[in-house]
Amino acid sequence: MSATTPPPAGQPTNRVGLTRADYDGSRTTLCPGCGHNAITGGIIQAAWEAGLEPHRVAKLSGIGCSSKTPTYFLGHSHGFNAVHGRMPSIATGVHAANRELTLLGVSGDGDTASIGIGQFMHLVRRNVPVVYIVENNGVYGLTKGQFSATADVGSTRKGGEASRLNPIDLCALAIELGCGFVARSFSGDQKQLRPLLKAAFGHRGTAVIDVISPCVTFADHEGSTKSYAAVKEHDAPLHDIEYVPYFEDIAVDYEPGTTRDVTMPDGSRIVLKKLEVDYDPTDADRAWTVIRQARAEGRLITGLLYVNQKTQAFDVERDMVDAPLASLPLETVRPPRAVLDEVMRAYLDGAVAAAAGGG
Amino acid sequence: MVNDFSIHVATVNGSGSQTANNVLLRAILQMGVPVSGKNLFPSNIAGLPTWFTIRVSEAGYLARRARNDVLVVMNPETAAGDVAAMGPGSAIVINDTLEVPDVPADRFVYRVPMGKLMEPVTTDVKLRRLVVNMIYVGVVAQLLGIELQEIDRALQAQLGRKPRALALNQAAVRAGAQWADANLQKADPYRVERRDLTAGRILIDGNSAAGLGTMFGGVTVVSWYPITPSSSLVESLIGFLERFRRDPKDGRRTYAVVQAEDEIAAIGMVLGASWAGARAMTATSGPGFSLMAEFFGYGYYAEIPAVVWDVQRVGPSTGLPTRTAQGDLAFAWSISHGDTQFPVLLPGSVHECFEFGYRAFDLAERLQCPLFVLSDLDLGMNNWMSEPFVYPEQAWDRGKVLGDAELAGLAKFERYADPDGDAIPYRTLPGTKDWKGTYFTRGSGHDEAARYTENPAAYVKVMERLKQKMANARELMPAPEVREAQGAEVGIIAYGSSHWAVIEALDQLAAAGVKASYLRVRALPLAAAVHDFTRRHARVYVVEQNRDGQLGDRLRAEVSECAARVRPVLHYMGLPLDAQTVTDGVLAHERATEGAPR
Repeated sequence: MSATTPPPAGQPTNRVGLTRADYDGSRTTLCPGCGHNAITGGIIQAAWEAGLEPHRVAKLSGIGCSSKTPTYFLGHSHGFNAVHGRMPSIATGVHAANRELTLLGVSGDGDTASIGIGQFMHLVRRNVPVVYIVENNGVYGLTKGQFSATADVGSTRKGGEASRLNPIDLCALAIELGCGFVARSFSGDQKQLRPLLKAAFGHRGTAVIDVISPCVTFADHEGSTKSYAAVKEHDAPLHDIEYVPYFEDIAVDYEPGTTRDVTMPDGSRIVLKKLEVDYDPTDADRAWTVIRQARAEGRLITGLLYVNQKTQAFDVERDMVDAPLASLPLETVRPPRAVLDEVMRAYLDGAVAAAAGGG
Repeated sequence: MVNDFSIHVATVNGSGSQTANNVLLRAILQMGVPVSGKNLFPSNIAGLPTWFTIRVSEAGYLARRARNDVLVVMNPETAAGDVAAMGPGSAIVINDTLEVPDVPADRFVYRVPMGKLMEPVTTDVKLRRLVVNMIYVGVVAQLLGIELQEIDRALQAQLGRKPRALALNQAAVRAGAQWADANLQKADPYRVERRDLTAGRILIDGNSAAGLGTMFGGVTVVSWYPITPSSSLVESLIGFLERFRRDPKDGRRTYAVVQAEDEIAAIGMVLGASWAGARAMTATSGPGFSLMAEFFGYGYYAEIPAVVWDVQRVGPSTGLPTRTAQGDLAFAWSISHGDTQFPVLLPGSVHECFEFGYRAFDLAERLQCPLFVLSDLDLGMNNWMSEPFVYPEQAWDRGKVLGDAELAGLAKFERYADPDGDAIPYRTLPGTKDWKGTYFTRGSGHDEAARYTENPAAYVKVMERLKQKMANARELMPAPEVREAQGAEVGIIAYGSSHWAVIEALDQLAAAGVKASYLRVRALPLAAAVHDFTRRHARVYVVEQNRDGQLGDRLRAEVSECAARVRPVLHYMGLPLDAQTVTDGVLAHERATEGAPR
């Protein structure tokens, strides 16, 4: 941290010597009370607790209220506010160039489930290591309250008009596409969101966290299924979540047999405490069933829906060298003169197959 | 007619004629006679008509010729039309099972029992259909005096690794040649004679040349979506990378290639990778180029390098996907909404496809902007004779990037400021430790410190610098090539693959008594030398393969006092440009110009 000033006396620091304030960004310009601001706070706290080094994080987003938020956290990280719905392709390129960066993508339900659904699906399919946060409120905020593709059937706009089309469930979709880390949370439940975020930072592959985040201006009325009141009423957590990072020696004190552990590649552990039912997050079929049932019953299932630590991340599947591709020197990426000579000889001899035709 | 004619082969797409035609092409090249090969193919995998034209030219002309002299007819569907298009004195080789209406007596017709000749070669009916093309290779070689040992050498080079296929093809060539020798009376005047004009020359398509140059440019991230006629550029690049860009210790890749879900994702990945410091590129054509437009505007405004090859095909919309054009120039120049201008490279040869393959990265990173390389189907997918390519001597130019070492010495860093006065700002890469270097990249309004702003003055300041950056690029981009004819009133301006027709047309014009200078544009923005050339010549013909005269429009706008002297010579039917079209176009105007020298 060559450019940082020493932390003020009395301010607690994390494992990389930074204070919580070092993870702040600029002041939010969203509506007061917006769920997204709570998520921003959760990201700041989780990044500080996880001890992320800001210079190793790249913040990425698309367009919309949610996509504005990366300026409000981690002010010492590079950021890329892309075009609408296309953050996943940016993320894929950034990762291909520098696999050492932790990518933090923030998107919304319009940005992901409507205009960006194609790129979202292909990002997940490629398993590009990105913590992909959807700040999901079911409406377009910046253009004043039109429905997005995650709006529930029967949920109403302020004027009373009800959504009639089936919503797209981004978590079910992600599981179908082979995503190895799928969670749903609520912006009002920091106790659940923070450990989920920290666990996602440690996941090697795409981690999708769909965070229901009420829009106080266009979807907080009676009739909206994503109002604060509705979400609070229907929130049904699958488990209590604790995240035990590898660098902290914390004993989690639960009765034997009341928890499930998920161990991350770096040795960190996700500890899930059973609630009413014993939910196994490594069972994809079970996850689908739970999501479907919850939708039918009008409940909002939150927690770690699915986890699979055996998926192969994009850089591994591509068989890329360890060093970031962007850092490779000229002598590594420009083959020597002898290679050009060899290729030219093949063309001189006519030993090269002709260019393919076809349309 | 020695060493100056065209052979036109009409076959069915997917019938395996490509190997046969390439063998003829290479055998003539190996006899020391310059050749070029042009494949006219349909948007189809198998079954539709396809033509291949081999031009034999001792003078070294490589452009398409409008007239064909020797025809090989293999496709019953097009036979009548193909034969009818041949002029007096031409030679026609016909598979004797094809029904063709009477041919006038002043054409030389050779009917060949190809099916019968294949019978002793193989009993496999499917193989007969594929190898029958080698019968015409043998017949044509015998008729035109193409040496059979050179045919054999060319076959060996192509099929040497498949001994059974080689033997079968050799047998078919022999059968055709022997039958022709015993049964045909040579009556036409066309002959190939050995010369020594092609020593050391390679035959290569522009897409492979571009792929090769891209590898030597040190590309690390490639994202693409398959589209004709650019697919073979990336596929050849992948072939080179797989062979030559593995880590010597563990065999892992020093690059990443992603076949994207569409062209929007492809350019998104390129911009993301470039932003993070990789040398990233994509290649596309027509509709794919259109899809990328929004991200190009982003790249222009946020100042992110990107190399994009547009191998042009005929538009608009799906257009003629397998035909050539230069219709994307105006679009490329200002492809986004809002005020944008982009640097464009215009390769005119396979050698330049190779050279621009690596130089494009230097220029894009220097200018911090998406940069387009406009090739076309003719250049990209046809085989061109060329000197071997020259290894890039200079180290790369990664542009103005500040790392931790440089930042340590700075009091502050502003991403979009202009500390050097050259309108090019400094950038930093994610992963840089020094917090001074951190900035937020956005396509929304930003000030010099990369902060969001809607302030009119701050917006204008950034936009004016961007304009200045592109103005400065005029002399950073490759300079035009000028062949000045002393005292000529006529100037010809062309670019890209049109070059080959134009240099041939200059000889035709000279023979017609018209002295002309020639300038080949190699880049946008136009260099001052292009303006000067226009001012120096009384009549300036701009040769283009599009309907609207897109470069001519640019030129008239930039050299407005000379607008009246800029005249279009246009050709946009999808076929590669030929010299006669250029000559006729210029002469038509010249003859209409009173007092013009003859």
